[in-house]
Amino acid sequence: MAVKKNTLAIKDQPKHLLGIQNLSIQEAKSILEEAKTFIKLNRSASKKSEILRGKTQINLFFEPSTRTQSSFDLAGKRLGADVMTMNVANSALKKGETLMDTAMTLNAMHPDIIVIRHQDSVAPNLLSQKVNCTVINAGDGWREHPTQALLDALTIINRKGKIEGLKIAICGDILHSRVARSNIYLMNMLGAEVNVIAPKTLMPKSIERLGVKSFTDMKKGLDGCDIVMMLRLQNERMQGSFLPSKREYYEFYGLTPEKLKFANKDALIMHPGPMNRGVEIDTKLADDINVSLVKEQVELGVAVRMACLKMYCKK
Amino acid sequence: MTEKYLINARIIDPSQEMDEKGSVVIDENGKIKAIGKNIKKNDISASAEIIDLKNNILIPGIVDMKAFVGEPGYEYKENFRTLSHAALAGGVTSIVTMPNTKPLIDNVSMVDFIIRRGRDKASVNLFPSATLTRETEGKQMTEFGLLSTKGIVGFTDVVKAVQSTETMAKIMDYALDIGVLIMQHAEDYELSKNGCINEGEVSTRLGLQGISYIAEKIIIERDLCLLGEFPCRYHINQISSKESLEVIKRNKENGLNFSVGVSINNLSLNENDIGDFKTFLKVSPPLRLEDDRLALVEGIKNGLIDVIVSDHTPEDEEGKRLPFAQAATGAIGIETLLPLALEMHHNESLPLKKIIETLTINPAKILKINKGTLKQGSDADMCVFNLDTPWVVKADLLKSKSKNTAVEERKVQGKVLMTFLNGELVFKS
Repeated sequence: MAVKKNTLAIKDQPKHLLGIQNLSIQEAKSILEEAKTFIKLNRSASKKSEILRGKTQINLFFEPSTRTQSSFDLAGKRLGADVMTMNVANSALKKGETLMDTAMTLNAMHPDIIVIRHQDSVAPNLLSQKVNCTVINAGDGWREHPTQALLDALTIINRKGKIEGLKIAICGDILHSRVARSNIYLMNMLGAEVNVIAPKTLMPKSIERLGVKSFTDMKKGLDGCDIVMMLRLQNERMQGSFLPSKREYYEFYGLTPEKLKFANKDALIMHPGPMNRGVEIDTKLADDINVSLVKEQVELGVAVRMACLKMYCKK
Repeated sequence: MTEKYLINARIIDPSQEMDEKGSVVIDENGKIKAIGKNIKKNDISASAEIIDLKNNILIPGIVDMKAFVGEPGYEYKENFRTLSHAALAGGVTSIVTMPNTKPLIDNVSMVDFIIRRGRDKASVNLFPSATLTRETEGKQMTEFGLLSTKGIVGFTDVVKAVQSTETMAKIMDYALDIGVLIMQHAEDYELSKNGCINEGEVSTRLGLQGISYIAEKIIIERDLCLLGEFPCRYHINQISSKESLEVIKRNKENGLNFSVGVSINNLSLNENDIGDFKTFLKVSPPLRLEDDRLALVEGIKNGLIDVIVSDHTPEDEEGKRLPFAQAATGAIGIETLLPLALEMHHNESLPLKKIIETLTINPAKILKINKGTLKQGSDADMCVFNLDTPWVVKADLLKSKSKNTAVEERKVQGKVLMTFLNGELVFKS
């Protein structure tokens, strides 16, 4: 991580954070460097800073979210911004207003940042064309969840000291996972080797073209891995014809102490949450502070989001 | 009208195997009186108006087998007048209009309406199609017999396929008896559910539900299996993948008689053109891989594909400025059909004659209409174009009411100069 500090000149400041795909290595590394400074702030007694004082941040969440929404909420407040969270369930969108009209309406209120979570892929890009402020993607459809990938990267760096040269396995429902996609792009960009492991029905077509190796067998896929990222198996997938049963999924793809042995001895486990204990991960393993980074991910998530808000907000 | 004498043309008319420098004489009734290099003096009256075509190419007016006109119900997207202008500017003189209007064209009174309305407002030849099933629900076949006597040339549910094998078998059996043309949109809904683009790298990157080529292939397999039992007039509207072509090849080789179309979109674009989120390139069937595109071009070359259609689908801004999954499907294309088709001549992947054939006589034969030819006695529907003139597609300059072109800013080569309808000059650039 030999990065010159503040490599982002103000005049070249990127306007939006829409996905890891649109990020340069320098931008990604700058965000991670910046985030490190906020880890300390968040652990200190007085957590308030004045960086975004006078700025308005709107959290526009079209999909229910607990940790991402509260994390952005807290991040904005700790930086001193005025944070408003839109309750979309009661808004005009239920009355047939389109995303674009909502964008124009909000834009007229002069926000500085809109944080958007939307069930449709590419919705934040569309929004960004219609507003004057910064748009930060807090997850769109199955496409990208850039701040999750960045916080995962920061968590790994915090423990392992680096990402370059590591081997990272991403396991579970890759098909429907924006977390998987953003992580594939970011970990590749930062020099890691990425394996994806999933049953065939949950593996997207042509995934190798994203620069990963794909496996349907945990034993082969975990071989030599330093990090094991588990993904949430959405229960609604069980109703369809993706998988025969939870029991069978756990048998072949649930992470247990036995399966973890296929990975490197000092391998660490990550999970973006919320977890389905006993479906994709053994409950004891999930809580084992020696191998599980789950709590750290949540903690560093706030720092990463503070860094993003700071760096992307119009000065 | 006075007689017309068009001189100095390169006439390409695949219906009579003609590709020669020559002239055309059009009589007072707008019919072809004489054509070719050996025009006799006494064919031309002294009062004939002489038009010098300056060695440009003259072909029969294009027959577009698939275009959507907004009337009735979607006049804000397109109407007969705007569609006519766009068509004539593209050298298209005959159009098969799609029945998925509001209300649908699925009964006799609607056919009467659309034919009357078309006669009043349109300035091209319209050949309306009706829905294959009532309300396009895929359950009850429409009145094939009655509707054809009213002037319906074919039956299609446009963007829907009849999912029930039993219903499809009945439709084909009945259609066989009365001799009507079935035009199928091949797509298995269970397989394509919620899909918006090709299933592959692009859908994986964009995080969108993909549509597998199997959705198309399996309906074609099923229908051709039924066709063996009930050999009716059967046409596949548009195919998109090389896998479908394999099925078609096998069945054509086995002697099965049917015809196949392809949209100009699938011949001139592939899934990579979608880029980040160009919803204007969301079409059905979806754009697929470059390999598929090449296979489709090859399919035209070796006669597996019979016609190229514009699949002209006007949609307004609001319908397209939405997240990809919600955005409307389709692109306009009637005006750019010929120049895009000519790309395949310029890049040497298809002979010019083959391209013209798929745009004129082939669709006319499938539809059993007396168009797409310049044989003596035919209606003088003609298109004159310069093969080489370069130009850039600009949505704002296109004549359609909707501007959702899939080829904005594309550099094309070949420009329509004149269009004649029944011997009258109806478009001049």
